[in-house]
Amino acid sequence: MSIRETVNNVHSHWMDAKGPESEVIVSSRVRVARNLSSMPFSHLLSDSDAREIIHSVMLATDHCDFREQVGNLELTEMSELTPVERQILVEKHLISPDLLENYIKKAVVLREDEVISIMVNEEDHLRLQCLLPGLQLKEAWDLINKLDDGLEKTLEFAYHENLGYLTACPTNVGTGLRASVMLHLPGLVLINRIRDVLGLVSKLGLAVRGLYGEGTEASGNLFQISNQVTLGQTEEDIINSLISVAGQIAASERAAREALIRERREHIEDRVGRAYGLLSHARIMTSEEAVRLLSDLRLGVSLKMIDFIPANLVTELMVMIRPAFLVKKAGKDISSFARDVMRAGLIREKLTGVRD
Amino acid sequence: MSCERCQERPAVVHLTEIINNKKRTIHLCEQCAREVQAENFGLIPQMNLHNFLAGLFSNQIASPFSTPVEQGEKCPSCGLSEGQFAQSGLLGCGDCYRQFGERLDTVFRRIHGTSRHTGKVPERTGGKVKLSKDIERLKTRLREVIGREEFEEAAKLRDQIRIMEKQLAGEGD
Repeated sequence: MSIRETVNNVHSHWMDAKGPESEVIVSSRVRVARNLSSMPFSHLLSDSDAREIIHSVMLATDHCDFREQVGNLELTEMSELTPVERQILVEKHLISPDLLENYIKKAVVLREDEVISIMVNEEDHLRLQCLLPGLQLKEAWDLINKLDDGLEKTLEFAYHENLGYLTACPTNVGTGLRASVMLHLPGLVLINRIRDVLGLVSKLGLAVRGLYGEGTEASGNLFQISNQVTLGQTEEDIINSLISVAGQIAASERAAREALIRERREHIEDRVGRAYGLLSHARIMTSEEAVRLLSDLRLGVSLKMIDFIPANLVTELMVMIRPAFLVKKAGKDISSFARDVMRAGLIREKLTGVRD
Repeated sequence: MSCERCQERPAVVHLTEIINNKKRTIHLCEQCAREVQAENFGLIPQMNLHNFLAGLFSNQIASPFSTPVEQGEKCPSCGLSEGQFAQSGLLGCGDCYRQFGERLDTVFRRIHGTSRHTGKVPERTGGKVKLSKDIERLKTRLREVIGREEFEEAAKLRDQIRIMEKQLAGEGD
């Protein structure tokens, strides 16, 4: 898949709704921060330094040994994309919002299947990211580890004998590793246990965030849980403790869903049915409403109350209804009302498409 | 003025935030302003994180409430001053970690509970790190033996250092 296809198609491998625990755990992400030892960190880079870094990353990923090990990667400078296309990459979770600011100095490297991406000149010179569906943190770390080894053959990373990998922000120093899982927890929200569970998670030194990362609110009952500490633990320790916490949360979510089915079956069926009804018939829909209803629909699909909608379609719809995708589809900048109309139409079309 | 976010359309919305008594104005075009509002992209929380870190660090230097940008030591490699770090929460380059080492240690312990990496060692750079540490150690010994006028031993050490320095340079190619 080329960058053109990436910005034109919603689908990405992480939306496949495959992999362990995928009825609760939507996706797993591992990213590591790396900096070139010869350059100041990103926020102090001159334009020519920034270009040089982009160039060396291009050379490193172009190397034939690297291609053999990691696969075909394509580098795109952010300035080659339109603002809408850049925003689409954020909406697909392939890059962070940080890459949109000061974009002249920044670039993204994507593997064909969009599982691996490298952000160039984000807060750190390189942010290597791997995104997989379901609970696959170990698999994601293995891929990142291989990618890192491959890059290190040609690039020299800033590394300190006691502190490990050096990063612009001291919160990332050491392993530079941030692992996260995106969880869909409507059951725990409905039985009012979400606060307890998330409270426990933060006591374990993990951070809880909304769908679009740092500082965003949890919408659609989607929560992102990630490690806070990057120094003093091995990468495997960090990954394993997150796997264990994510597994336990998934188990409590499943228990919550079972309890709801046992004691309030009609209420849940009603909720799912209403969501499906509105999604497949409404003519005007804001993004907040759509996200809320899609969450109910996803719950219904995973409880097998609705069997004709594939789970990956619900995840794709979550991304498809974001503003940048709608503007891209419209082919021009449209008002927020026009977006609401278009959003409703798109959801209707997709949902009736699978029924027929 | 063009929009700070997309840097293409003209800025028509001027958002002013006041966080910790610091005022910041963001200039956005209409579309980005809507998106920022709608999606609630963590502009504000990100600043909070850095401010928070800066707070951890600025406790250590003389005046926690006013940290002039030019205050304190400067990193010889990138020119970043302690004051700048205290304001932004971001270090300037790898050498800053050595320059501000001791004070940063406290920051690391507060954030991570430790100040020692136990994870991955990069194969190539890791080897070089070890080699350059060994060279440093030998150089210290060389100065000691010269001080004691043990020239035979000094010559041995000098040759050993030369070989290792060649190795270090060779690996860098």
